[in-house]
Parts: sequence; structure tokens; C-alpha cells
Amino acid sequence: MSVDQRAGAGRGDGRLPDGRHGPGRGLTARDYMTEQRPTWCPGCGDFGILAALREALLQEGIAPHEAVVVSGIGCGSKLPDYMRVNGFMTLHGRPLPVATGFRLANPAMRVIVVDGDGDAYGIGGNHWLHTCRRNPGLVHLVENNQIYALTKGQYSPTTEQGTRTTTSPEGSIERPVNPIRTALAAGATFVARGFAGEPKELARLIREALHHRGYALLDILQPCITYNKVNTYDWYAERIVRLESEGHDPSDFDAAWARAGEFGERIPVGVFYRTEEVPAYEERVPGLKRGPVVERPLDDLDEAAFEALERELV
Amino acid sequence: MRDQDVSLVIGGDAGQGVESSGAGFSSALARAGYHIFSIADYRSRIRGGHNFYQIRAATRPVASHLDPPALLLALTAESVELHLESLAPDAAVLYDSSFRLDAGAVERSGRLAVPVPMNEIAMRHGSKVMMNTAALAAAASLLRFPLQRMEAVIRQNFARKGERVVEGNLAVARETYEQVRRSPAAARFRYRLPGLPGQPERMLLHGNHAFCLGAVAAGCRFVAAYPMTPATTILEWMTAHAEPLGIVTKHAEDELAAICMAIGAGFAGARALCSTSGGGFSLMTEALGLAGMTETPVVVVDVQRGGPSTGLPTRTEQADLLFVLHASQGDFPRFVLAPGDHVEAFETAMRAFNLAEKYQTPVVVLSDQFLASSLRTLDFGRLRRDAVPVERGKTRRPGEPPLPGERGPGGGQEDGPAAGRDGYLRFAFTPDGISPRVLPGDPEAVYGAPSDEHDEAGHITEEIDNRKRMMEKRMRKLETALAAGEMRGPRRVGPAEAEVTLLAWGSMLGPASEALVLLEREGVRANLLHWCDLWPFAGEAAERELRRVRRGVVVEQNYSGQFRRFLRMTTGYEAEGLVRRYDGRPLEPGEIARGVLKEVGAGVR
Ligand SMILES: Cc1ncc(C[n+]2csc(CCOP(=O)(O)OP(=O)(O)O)c2C)c(N)n1
Ligand code: SF4
Ligand SMILES: [Mg+2]
Repeated sequence: MSVDQRAGAGRGDGRLPDGRHGPGRGLTARDYMTEQRPTWCPGCGDFGILAALREALLQEGIAPHEAVVVSGIGCGSKLPDYMRVNGFMTLHGRPLPVATGFRLANPAMRVIVVDGDGDAYGIGGNHWLHTCRRNPGLVHLVENNQIYALTKGQYSPTTEQGTRTTTSPEGSIERPVNPIRTALAAGATFVARGFAGEPKELARLIREALHHRGYALLDILQPCITYNKVNTYDWYAERIVRLESEGHDPSDFDAAWARAGEFGERIPVGVFYRTEEVPAYEERVPGLKRGPVVERPLDDLDEAAFEALERELV
Repeated sequence: MRDQDVSLVIGGDAGQGVESSGAGFSSALARAGYHIFSIADYRSRIRGGHNFYQIRAATRPVASHLDPPALLLALTAESVELHLESLAPDAAVLYDSSFRLDAGAVERSGRLAVPVPMNEIAMRHGSKVMMNTAALAAAASLLRFPLQRMEAVIRQNFARKGERVVEGNLAVARETYEQVRRSPAAARFRYRLPGLPGQPERMLLHGNHAFCLGAVAAGCRFVAAYPMTPATTILEWMTAHAEPLGIVTKHAEDELAAICMAIGAGFAGARALCSTSGGGFSLMTEALGLAGMTETPVVVVDVQRGGPSTGLPTRTEQADLLFVLHASQGDFPRFVLAPGDHVEAFETAMRAFNLAEKYQTPVVVLSDQFLASSLRTLDFGRLRRDAVPVERGKTRRPGEPPLPGERGPGGGQEDGPAAGRDGYLRFAFTPDGISPRVLPGDPEAVYGAPSDEHDEAGHITEEIDNRKRMMEKRMRKLETALAAGEMRGPRRVGPAEAEVTLLAWGSMLGPASEALVLLEREGVRANLLHWCDLWPFAGEAAERELRRVRRGVVVEQNYSGQFRRFLRMTTGYEAEGLVRRYDGRPLEPGEIARGVLKEVGAGVR
């Protein structure tokens, strides 16, 4: 099913009941541009991710002020500085909880997390596991370059075993994390992989993620041309296979688990697993029944209600 | 009506219901018209080990626990051994007749031994678990406290468990009460807590309650925390009221997540709170700087307990002061407030949310286990919401009219806009350091907030001149706050002129205030300077008061005399003496008075 077919399908389509978001609102590509020039190395995979995110928001008709992009610290986490959108560039490893807090305070805005493999799977790994099972309405784009790039080339949680880096001159000893399987095991409800070298296809995947009801993980293979001489554009391009064209059914968890085991000669991209059966966390938060916190008056606790709280203490 | 001021102790093993009995008796006494101050002394384990609960009931408002207790209600023989020496010379010791206990030793110490067959009475009307009811009834009887008051509390506390349980407990209470009333010992006991007709109803609350009430009154609707004693009851109270009040509460996976969630919510525009104790605060330090750098309002309450490390989980200390003042790398503006008592905890919560939003920076409230869990009566009307009206400063929501100076050219900014394409500069250089803040979601004001150094529009830059001006802009907020009179100098308790001045901060307000009375009795004219507002420090006001101090003694709950050092650091003032305690137990007025006399020596007599 394409994104457009699903649009407006009710729960799980990612749209809000008030229909605030929607295509055809006179938005143009220019609306997502800023005067700020990226400091990324020419040819960095992050350019493709930036282009794809802008394109996805435009296609979805999500205006820059209706979204917030929350990032960590790393090369790729500078992304919100390079487009016109609300941005919060937080700490190394902490964008998920910051974004979750934002989403719980203001579920009327679209919240997108952008961070590196070091952020997401390393220093912020605990947040990531809990976000998977918590299922808040976040789109999580992980710029997975299998290296610590900003700090100039140390091994990361996704670096393949045996890779020589500045902190593993004899080859790394640890086995890499498998983000797809880890997310599946942790209870994630939307798990996908994309490739920064194919921005159009990536934009399509981001749009799918934007339509998901809860937490959507999109692990993005991102060539770092400066510090990762192994996982290059060509290296990925030779190995990528499309789940969709191979008839994979994203509603089949066991099939997803099996395909998630492939990473080597064949690297599947596309949506591994998706279910819309699990409510987003914020759908079930009692404190939100009266609407987004940020839209309510600060003094909505009247005299009688306050006195009732005092009387509980008699 | 005779003035009454009686302290009693309930001692027993963990798991024996010492705390619930103490709270129940406190509540009965409060409803009968007494002013109450109660502290629980419990250990960080659920069963085993000695626990006690100390209740002070008086006919005038009381601000602290006070030794010596006049009555010990011993639920174990061990509690008699542990407490006997600390009791008043004419105190009574109530215990079960079956305890193997040397009653002669009790009597020889001058105290009244009152064995009561509590266990037996409990068994006769129900079961062993009713022994606490018997014990409380025995205490009530000895104190001539009206039985009906106890009956009312029994009915309320056991209603959930059904009519039979209620009736059984009532029978136990009546029989015990009667037996003790007729005992010869009762006639010899001189302390009395009769019913006080005509007293108004009062709240009975602990410091965390008071803080929560202030927070919700201030519009706090987002709380993220990770459970940690003694802060946990804040998250629990907020969660219990989440749905009716529309509060989002989140028990996060750890403290790093908790503060980050609060910062995310604060960035979105919620009044967000993060509650923790020192260990959790340690994990939050990096994010505190994130809030400072991105000028995001957030309130963190550190309910201190005994440190370092896991330390004394269920006990009190004031040893996070210097840590909290300096926590996180780099320079950024922060507020640090340490309320002195329950009323001030309420008010401080309200002020904290205003300060966080007006100055767009983190605010840390320093409480501690003593304030957080001591139960105290308050008259209705004492918690004044109107004392601190909600103020957001230069903040607006999407769709609201532009703020003064929100947009260039000129418009209140130091110079014309280096305008972002929206013509809105989230971090505009302003004379007062505070930049107009539009909450995310406004089509005319799209911006980024980086934890990296940034320019006025919110773009990352390391440019030299911008860095200097941006640092100065942020730090200027502290001067603005001081100039605006946001920060209070010390509160003076007692006479304007005194021989000795006690210098205290945070929760020591009550015990130190009561120590003044005891010093007066010793013929020493003493007063107290108490600080709630610690950072930015109102130095002039402090120096004005400190100049009048003849002999100053700092009173605080830590090993190294952190507040004494803090005063030296901020004002150059060197206190003559230091009364400190670092065993996790709250300083008691008598102990403070004796400590002060020791510190200043014979010179004052
Ligand atoms: C608490 C903390 N520790 C370490 C750093 C230094 N640091 C900055 S980015 C980074 C790793 C970046 O790797 P990744 O998240 O994969 O992002 P990339 O640069 O590869 O895009 C590290 C270790 C930091 N900023 N904060
Ligand atoms: S170092 Fe690597 S990840 Fe960073 S900008 Fe250059 S190519 Fe991109
Ligand atoms: Mg990386």
C-alpha cells in the first residue's frame, strides 16, 4: 500500500484528528531552506538524508513550523541547523528522551529524531531500548555510518568486527549490534532500513515512518567518506536488496526477524516490520485527556479544585 | 486552656507498622485540634531493624521536632533499651506485659513503667495484628486523649477491610483504653493531651506535598522522574492527580532520560519539573547545562539525602549545596533556592516556575529528607496562591501577539537584526540578556536551539565576537534578576540585636528558630538569619545583615560546613562557629542550642 492510499485512513495514518497536516498547502522546497551552509565533507551521506527529510516533509505537507527535529551530537546531528524547521540539537545520546518529553507535552506537533549510530545505539542505547517498547509517536532517523565521525574515526557500536580504527588499531574485538533485530526484540512497532545514497527512496521510507502511529525506527546506511573507508557508497550499492521487491510481508514478525539477520553479501533495505495495533504511548497518557499541555492555560486549576487538593490532607 | 507541648515516640521493628501508626496518631491529634510536627526515622529496608516515629503535639504552632519525648510507645523490648536514656526524666514507657523487660530498671531511671497486655487484648478481639491499635489506645488513654478521636481514625483506616475488622479494632481500643485509664500508673503521669474544642480544621502535610501543591498551582503540568528516596512521593503525588489535573507524569528509564524529558517538555512550552535526590541529580548534570545553553526553562528539585554515593538513602543531609551551585561544565546562569519549611516549599515551587520561564534557564530547588517527609499541620489559607502570580516574562505561544522587541529592526535589540529568514532571533542580544521566546509551532518563528554555541538566530557558530557576546548575554540574566529584586536576602527570626546569630539555610529554619527560644532560656539573646535564595546570591542584602552580627554560628547538616564556605565565598564573611550534623538525623533545637553555646563558649554569659 502506498503512502497516499493510506493517508486519511484514520488511526495509524500519522495524521492528527484536526487535519492540520496535509498535502497541497502551497508549500515549496524553498520553505525548508535556510541560509546556513552545511559543514559536512563534500560527498558525505548526510546530504542525502537532509534532502530526503526535506522532500518527505514537503510531500506530506508538514510545514516547517509544524515539526521539530531533535538531534544528538555528531556529524549527522547537525542536520537541523541546515534546514528550516524547528530544531533542538541536544546532547550526545539524549535526543530520544528530549523528543519524548516534547511529544508528551505537545502531541500536536510532528517530532523527528535525527542522530548517529554512536548516539542511538551507544551512549543513548538505554533510551533507545525503552523507546522501542514505549512506542511514543516519534520518527527516528539514525545516520548509521558505522563509525564515530565527528570525533575523527573511532569504532562505533555498528562497526564490523575486525575493523581497524584509531581505538582499534589491531581490529575491533566486539561484534556489532544488529539494530534491526535489537529493535524487533525490544518491541518496536515500525522497523526499517534505508540508504543515504538513494534520497528518493529514502524520502519514501521517511514518509512511511511519518504515517506510523508510534515509534518508527529508520536505520539509515550513511557513507562517511572520510573516516569509513570500508562501508562506501559502492560497498553498500553492491549489496543492497529491496525487501519490497522480494515479496517481504512487513506484518510478518518471523519473516522480519529472519530478514533482519542478513547483513553482509546481501543487505536488505525497506520496511522489515510494521504493526499499527499498538497505540502510541501518548494515546494512553491520562494527563493528556484534556488536550496538549502546552495549549492549556497555566491557571486552569481553579479555587475549588485547589481547595479540594488541600482538603485531601485533612 | 493550659499550654501543652508533648513529644512522644513510637518504636518498633521495620514491618511492624511504626510509620503508619505514627501517621495515624498524628492525624488523630491534628483533628483533635493540636499543632503537629512529626518525623519518621526509618531505614532503607522493608523488614527488620529498629524504626521509630516521633510526634510532637502542641497547643501553638510548632516548627520542629523537640526532645525529650515524654512517652515511649514500645512495640519491641529493644526499643525500650534504645530510647530510655533519651526520654524526659518523668516520661512513661508503655510496653507489652509479655516483654522480657526489667521494669525495675525503667523505674530506677525515674521513668514510669506501664506494662499493658496489648497482645493479649488484641488476640482476644481479633488477631495479633491489632496490637498496634491497642498500643495507640494505651498511649491515648495515658495522655487523657479522647477515645472517640481514636475511634474515628480506626473507622477510617480500616473501613476498606470490612466491618468485622473495624469492630475488632474498636473493641481492642476500648478495652485497652479502659484498662490503662484505671491503672495506677495513669494517675502518676503528668503529661496530658485532652481534646481541644473549638480549634479549626487543619491540613497535615509533608514538605513534598507542599512542594507539589505549589507546583500545580504554578501551572506545572509535566513531571518526569526516576524513583529515588526521598523524592519519590513527588512523582507519586503528581501521578495520583494526573488525570483530573491534566498532568503528564513519566517514570523514566533513568535520571538522564527524566531531565531530558523535562527539558523537551519545557522547550515545547510546558512548565516542567524533574524530581530527584543527589544521586539522580549527579546523572542529570550534563543536561542541566543543556537547559542553560539552549535557554530552556526547567525546574529540578533535589531532595537531598545522606551522601556520598548511595549513602543514607532514607536520611537527611544538606551536603549537595556546593555541588548544585557548580554542577555541569562551563558557565551558565542558574537559580538555586532552598525552602526553609512547608509554607516556603509551596511558595518556592511557584517562584521556581516563574523564574525558569522569565529567565529561560534551569532552576534547582534544594529540599531534603527532613523537610520532604516531616508531617506538619497548617491552617487553611496559609498556602497563598496569590502571593506568587504566574509570570512567563518574554514568552508567548504560537498565534499570540508579538512580544515587545520580538522582531527587528531595532525593536529592543542591541542593534538591528542579523535576521534569520524568519526575521526572528530566538537568542537576540538584549540589554537584559533575556531574548523574546516564541514557543515552537509559530509559522513566523521557526528556529533551532543548539547545545553548541550559536548566534542570535540559533545557528551553530564558533565566531569569536559572537561567542563573547552570547556568553555575556546569557550571564547577564543573573544581574537582571538581582536588579529586579527577584532574589531575597536572609529572613531574620528573633530580635534585631542579639549577642549570637545563627546562620542557616534550607530546612534548618524550623529547628534553628526553636533553638532561639531555648537559648533565651539560658540567658543568651540570639537571633537567626535564614537563607532560601542562594543563587544568584543577593550579596548586598546579606552583607547588610551580616555587618550587624556579633558572633555568628552556622547551623547546617553536612560535614564540611558548606554554607559557611559559601558565605565566605560570596561575602568574605567568616562565621565564628559551626554546628553541624552528618549522621543523617535532623538537628534538633536542644542540640543546636547546646552546640551554639559550646561554639561561642562562656563569652556570651
Ligand atoms: C557526553 C559526551 N561524550 C563524548 C562526546 C564526544 N562525541 C561527540 S560526537 C561523538 C560520536 C559521534 O558518533 P555518532 O553518534 O555515530 O555520530 P557521527 O559523527 O558518526 O555522525 C562523540 C563521542 C560528547 N559530545 N559528549
Ligand atoms: S566526517 Fe564523515 S560523517 Fe562527518 S561530515 Fe565528513 S563524511 Fe560526513
Ligand atoms: Mg556515526
